[in-house]
Amino acid sequence: MSTSPATTGPVGLRAKPTGKRRSTNAPSPDLSHNIILYVEGVTKSFDGFKALNDLSIYIETGELRCIIGPNGAGKTTMMDVITGKTQPDTGSVWFGQTIDLLGLTEPEIAQAGIGRKFQKPTVFPEHSVFENLELAMACDKSVWKILFAKLNALQRERIDEVLGIIGLKDQRSAKAGALSHGQKQWLEIGMLLMQDPLVLLVDEPVAGMTPQETERTAELLVSLAGKHSVVVVEHDMNFVRSIARKVTVLHEGHVLAEGSMDEVQNDPQVKRVYLGE
Amino acid sequence: MRNPSLLLSALKADRGGQVLLGLLAIAAVAVPVLNLLVPEGSFFHLSTYTVTLFGKYLCYGLLAIAVDLVWGYCGILSLGHTAFFALGGYAIGMYLMRQIGPRGVYGDPILPDFMVFLNWKELPWFWEGMNHFPLALLMVVLVPGLLALGFGWLAFRSRVTGVYLSIMTQALTFALLLAFFRNEMGFGGNNGLTDFKELLGFDLKLPGMRVALFLTTVLALAVGYIGCRYVIASRLGRVVQAVRDAEGRTRFIGYQVESYKLWIWVFSAMLAGIAGALYVPQVGIINPGEFAPINSIEVVIWVAVGGRGTLYGAVAGAVLVNYAKTWFTAAFPEIWLYALGALFVVATLFLPKGVVGLIPSRKEKLA
Repeated sequence: MSTSPATTGPVGLRAKPTGKRRSTNAPSPDLSHNIILYVEGVTKSFDGFKALNDLSIYIETGELRCIIGPNGAGKTTMMDVITGKTQPDTGSVWFGQTIDLLGLTEPEIAQAGIGRKFQKPTVFPEHSVFENLELAMACDKSVWKILFAKLNALQRERIDEVLGIIGLKDQRSAKAGALSHGQKQWLEIGMLLMQDPLVLLVDEPVAGMTPQETERTAELLVSLAGKHSVVVVEHDMNFVRSIARKVTVLHEGHVLAEGSMDEVQNDPQVKRVYLGE
Repeated sequence: MRNPSLLLSALKADRGGQVLLGLLAIAAVAVPVLNLLVPEGSFFHLSTYTVTLFGKYLCYGLLAIAVDLVWGYCGILSLGHTAFFALGGYAIGMYLMRQIGPRGVYGDPILPDFMVFLNWKELPWFWEGMNHFPLALLMVVLVPGLLALGFGWLAFRSRVTGVYLSIMTQALTFALLLAFFRNEMGFGGNNGLTDFKELLGFDLKLPGMRVALFLTTVLALAVGYIGCRYVIASRLGRVVQAVRDAEGRTRFIGYQVESYKLWIWVFSAMLAGIAGALYVPQVGIINPGEFAPINSIEVVIWVAVGGRGTLYGAVAGAVLVNYAKTWFTAAFPEIWLYALGALFVVATLFLPKGVVGLIPSRKEKLA
């Protein structure tokens, strides 16, 4: 990520996002209203089933938001819409004040500064851990540039730093396909860090992790918030409780409740549909 | 190359490539000596026929590299690569036809024989200027490149992948086969282009010319191999392999997957065109049969048998399978296709890494 030494500190040392992207020619979002992501009135049906039903969510700059909800509540579809994988039937999705995400392709959205970690860890199995991070690194990703691209010292340093953060220093030359499930989750988080996005969409980061790994992931995500905006979709309620400041509950493609974990848990509607009481 | 150190380190780590380049260097010295200097009666004499046969195998080797580049590294299974090969061949064939001049059967100074036979009075526009060697060379890469660009742009942009794309490549080569069969196309129809006399003023039948063509093929294969190795060792190479393994993921980290596929596809088509252009002067004919879908499938079999995703394995497969073909079609012509099919099945079932996978790597030896 870093092209100037001032930004190479460990996670947590960087200033709030200014909306300025380095070393990419993607447009920068206008964050003047302190909202980085607007999802407004989004509806998406699959064969008549409304996966998203007039969904509106606003993510503030630098916040850590947890999104919970039963299976089929539309959590993953929402991420698909934001990242350009799925086009909604109606509604709008804006990145800052000026960038309409619905008009952009997946790579354009990624280059603009929205990174995503998938539910099922998808790393490049035939590439080494180091190469996975190298590929994810924020830089000019046009074909001819990449053909002659060479890592400079700062970029190497950054990759080493991320290897340290995700605890895979010893596996740097190992094939990513040979990593354990938890390590793959971590590698994918590392790839997100290399992308240096303004918004991180993290889909079930702790699925299949040991309690220790879960704890470390929680620490990492909390440390990322502030300089990145982090949106976490998770089933593990203990995990959500440990990191969440603000929780959004989805149900049938719609926001059911929003607030702190305690508020949400005491919400009678939430109790009824989600906690099964 | 702006990155020579990358190329050197890539070649240093590439044992198979070193062996291949070494063998090519040996062939470049041994073949001319054994053919031109050793007297004909000697046991060590290499006949001109054999020189040309080897040259043909190496053209196939270059074609196989082109297929391995898109299939082994980018996951695009092309079942139509001989279309690019044949187009390159036709481009050079047109030049060779124009070189015949008034020595054709009908003695027309400009028009090739088949046009006189069809009662054409004028040279079609696309034959203009093809008597100039540099233009013909340009067409050798330009025509396959442009066709690949148009086809790839449409196919990749629509996100056609996997077996559907393979079927479309088959359709592409089949359509060209049908088109080139027609006399009206102006490429000699069924008979194609043949009766070549000279290339750059040198008689194609001279042993010296044969050796020169062979050496050019060796050089083209070596340079083509090194070029591909550079591409694969570059970050672009890692991106296309990422596309092969997880296309969607590659998009989500910000790569325009379509552009990458298009680039490697066009590059590969141009290599195939060069292979075709080297092939035609050596075999002395190009006809629409080269577009036959079965030919493209055979190339895929060479790559699978040799070892996909290694580049040198593709060359090994092309040479081995074609050597077997030469032998089989002479000894047991009727069972060749069965043998080829069996070879493919055996390679798929028992040699997932192909013939070159049988050679243990340094790492495995240590273990």
